Amino acid sequence: MSAQTHFKTPLRPSPFHPRTAPLNRLNRWGPWAGQLNALCFGDVDMEYTAIRNAASVYDLCAMVKYRVTGREAAEYLNRLTLRDAGKLAVGGVHYTAWCDDAGKLLDDGTLFRHGPQDYLICCQERHLPWLLDSAQGFDVAVREVTEEIAALSLQGPCSASVLAAAGFDVWGLKPFRMAEFAFQGGSLTISRTGFTGDLGYELWLTPDLALPFWDHLMQAGAPWGIRPIGSDALDLARIEAGFIITNMDFIPAHQALREDRPRSPLEMGLGWMIDWDKGQFTGRAALAAEQARGSDWALVGLDIPGNVSAEGSILYHDKKHEVGMITAAAWSPALKASVALAQVQARHAGGANLWVEIYALRELQYVKLMLPVQVVPRPFFNPPRKRATPPARV
Amino acid sequence: MTYDAVIVGAGHNGLVTACYLARAGMKVCVVEKNDWIGGAAVSRELYPGFTYSNCSYVSSLFRPEIMRDLELHKYGLQILPYEGGAVFTQDGGYLGMFRDHDANRREFARHSARDAEAYDVYARDILRFCRFIRPMLMRTPPDPTRLRPRDLSELLWLGKQMGGLSEAMRAQMVRFWTMSISDFLDEYFENPVIKGYLAVSAIIGTALGPMSPGSAYVLLHHYMGDVDGNVGAWGFARGGMGSITRALTESLRTSGGEVRVGQGVEQILVQNGRAVGVVLANGDEVRGRRVISNMDVKRTFLKHVPEAELPGDFVKRIKAFKIRGSSGKLNIALDAAPVFPALPEGAPNLRGDLHFTDSVERMERAYDDWKAGHFSADPFQDCMIPTMIDPTMTPPGKHFMSCFVQYAPPKIEGRDWTDADRDAFRDACLNQIEAYSPGFKDRVLHVETRTPRELEAEVGLTEGNIFQGELTFDQLLFNRPVPGYAQYRSPIKDLWMCGSSTHPGGGVMGAPGRNAAAEVLREARLPSPMRDAYAVL
Ligand SMILES: Cc1cc2nc3c(=O)[nH]c(=O)nc-3n(C[C@H](O)[C@H](O)[C@H](O)COP(=O)(O)OP(=O)(O)OC[C@H]3O[C@@H](n4cnc5c(N)ncnc54)[C@H](O)[C@@H]3O)c2cc1C
Repeated sequence: MSAQTHFKTPLRPSPFHPRTAPLNRLNRWGPWAGQLNALCFGDVDMEYTAIRNAASVYDLCAMVKYRVTGREAAEYLNRLTLRDAGKLAVGGVHYTAWCDDAGKLLDDGTLFRHGPQDYLICCQERHLPWLLDSAQGFDVAVREVTEEIAALSLQGPCSASVLAAAGFDVWGLKPFRMAEFAFQGGSLTISRTGFTGDLGYELWLTPDLALPFWDHLMQAGAPWGIRPIGSDALDLARIEAGFIITNMDFIPAHQALREDRPRSPLEMGLGWMIDWDKGQFTGRAALAAEQARGSDWALVGLDIPGNVSAEGSILYHDKKHEVGMITAAAWSPALKASVALAQVQARHAGGANLWVEIYALRELQYVKLMLPVQVVPRPFFNPPRKRATPPARV
Repeated sequence: MTYDAVIVGAGHNGLVTACYLARAGMKVCVVEKNDWIGGAAVSRELYPGFTYSNCSYVSSLFRPEIMRDLELHKYGLQILPYEGGAVFTQDGGYLGMFRDHDANRREFARHSARDAEAYDVYARDILRFCRFIRPMLMRTPPDPTRLRPRDLSELLWLGKQMGGLSEAMRAQMVRFWTMSISDFLDEYFENPVIKGYLAVSAIIGTALGPMSPGSAYVLLHHYMGDVDGNVGAWGFARGGMGSITRALTESLRTSGGEVRVGQGVEQILVQNGRAVGVVLANGDEVRGRRVISNMDVKRTFLKHVPEAELPGDFVKRIKAFKIRGSSGKLNIALDAAPVFPALPEGAPNLRGDLHFTDSVERMERAYDDWKAGHFSADPFQDCMIPTMIDPTMTPPGKHFMSCFVQYAPPKIEGRDWTDADRDAFRDACLNQIEAYSPGFKDRVLHVETRTPRELEAEVGLTEGNIFQGELTFDQLLFNRPVPGYAQYRSPIKDLWMCGSSTHPGGGVMGAPGRNAAAEVLREARLPSPMRDAYAVL
């Protein structure tokens, strides 16, 4: 594909596409950040089961990536994001978020520190103008590197065993740490991170190694039933883990058409990220004011009676007044419960007298349900194996 | 016989007004000076087998409420979305436009990685402005010079719209209304070609350059329409823009209205301070209980109403109404599709708007010529080939190309255009296209060239101004056409205005015509056959 004929494939095939395409038996693809991504390879239940039972592989190449390098990279990121990027050790990863000056979220993402002056931001949305403008006055370089890095997410209780079989010893790797390995003359970075709330790793390499690495990994993982998964199965796992997704659970401030839609980190349950001790950062004044005043909205986890999933439903106080909206919901196979993430007016975040109205379509008729909901802590599903180091050998 | 309403001019707004009045039960007659209907929304066959869009060429502003109220689908009206677009650059390259968001981003990124991502925020901000302005299109503006209860409540409504915005947004919008498009684009983008492309809508039909304050609003005027909810998108009327006025005419006839072509109004008859009908060029009189003019306000009040009947202040303001022409047009019958070697094989870009002005600076230089009283030596052209999408306008394999051109002044150094000027203007345009599409001129079967002179003579647009009056802030909303007369009424009882000189202004939009009809019906105490304007959710 030459630079000029991009229009023939507006959704760029991932570097793994030559392998994933034949495996996608139903040809179920969807767009993700300008890339063609598998929604499902053929059976969402089996794919979800691979995440929780064995080992699953999800193509992460589409994740938007910016590399930040330079003498003041840490200072810059401290100014840009909510957490203290200086405290992040080299070889470490943290989950963070960033805001506009009004303290409204622009995105969340993971920050990888590859060197004292070398970071990688991985996120959902595109921010180059914002990142460049924010760099004014800092001795840093910011570059979009999305297509220069190929990545897979290997998740599941057997993922460490699969990696060991592939020749990568990650037994000692702790959550949110990464390590480098040689692979076919190149290098492979493995971070113990993921979006499933389970034991899992993300694997980073250059696109030229994508196909040999895929073959190598699939072969090594075969005894554990390694299986490629699509976004549908991943979405189920991330809801169980209580993770939010930009543009699904909140509208990023730079995209919101309606001025009342953006949400702050305090409102989206990310207040714990804010490092008030690190000095100035974008949105600080607005967030401090919000903290003093109280937030308008809150993100809550919900346990919903019965077994009907509640996506898109409206929340009511006292069955009468609209007070919120469910942004993600699923029947959780792990919990045997209907769980949901919701934005609710902050004064109802306690959950007292909170109801959900569900329209369940059953053979061309809606069954209308009004159910009392319970606010419960996230993650909904939080197995010890997610944290255990070394992980169990299976 | 005395009609309930005589409408002067079968432009689309006159027809829209007539349709609504007829549906409300009025006896209406539209009188048109040309042998054909349509005004600036017209399609004529000037070369055998080729239907042109002789003036306007794309549709976005035409209100869907009107299409639905008047059941224009029954009379064949279809608006087709188009795709593509490109600016060809002087170095042999191009910047293409794509409907697909990711393709468009990758294309912008070929020119600037930063601008590719900045485009989303820019588009969001413009859409925010559009959402603010759209609810105003189909409302009669308040009259701040009178402040009757309805004016107060309408002003209050306006205030509430403003109040619904955050402080930051309000500040941004007030700046935007008065800025130049060049300054506005500089706040988002760095690449000259990208800025050159995005500045286009700010100069179309405008006697302003991209660096003139006020040009940013003009851009909004071109973005506030939609094609089926796709705000800012433009489309083709299947069969040419004349399909719109043809459908309106059929709709009008179905509800009992009449259209008389071929005899223009010489004089609007005023008796005892009331308009009572019109006298046509052939001396015929057409009597009506009211006269509604679709002509621009200069033509209406300075040419066809006895000046003695008008207040001096009003006449003075109408004389000062800015209506400077800035545009010309080439309509070209082509033997075959043009080839632009810069584009890769299979690229969809020819199915959209094509430009050759690859920077804001070059556009401003084109405007400099206009200021000096010349047409631009290096003109800006907005070229479209509707037959890339619409199979009904030419024989198969042949094409119709519409080239909207700026700048062309109403007079050449203060004197009238001559045929030689017109031909030189045509050649400047054709040569520019040929430079990017070798062999283009060999494919040309026929060219209709229209300078402001032809636009004025044929469509009756004073000075050739395509919007019946400039879209500058001092001539919008309750100041359009002039303060105190923004509610479609004139100083003469029973003489009304319904053309693009009135709020919300020019373009094939229909809103002035519909708003005028609403006011007429309100005053006549007749029930309105109009649906409410669609809400902006
Ligand atoms: C070259 C050109 C390109 C344009 N491109 C676009 C475009 O692509 N998209 C878009 O939305 N808009 C475009 N416009 C603008 C748009 O076409 C006009 O603003 C709109 O059509 C005006 O409609 P109207 O009904 O208000 O008035 P007009 O169309 O001006 O109608 C006035 C009518 O009155 C008639 N008339 C004049 N004098 C007399 C008389 N004495 N007696 C009887 N009848 C008389 C005229 O013949 C005419 O039919 C363009 C305009 C031009 C000129």
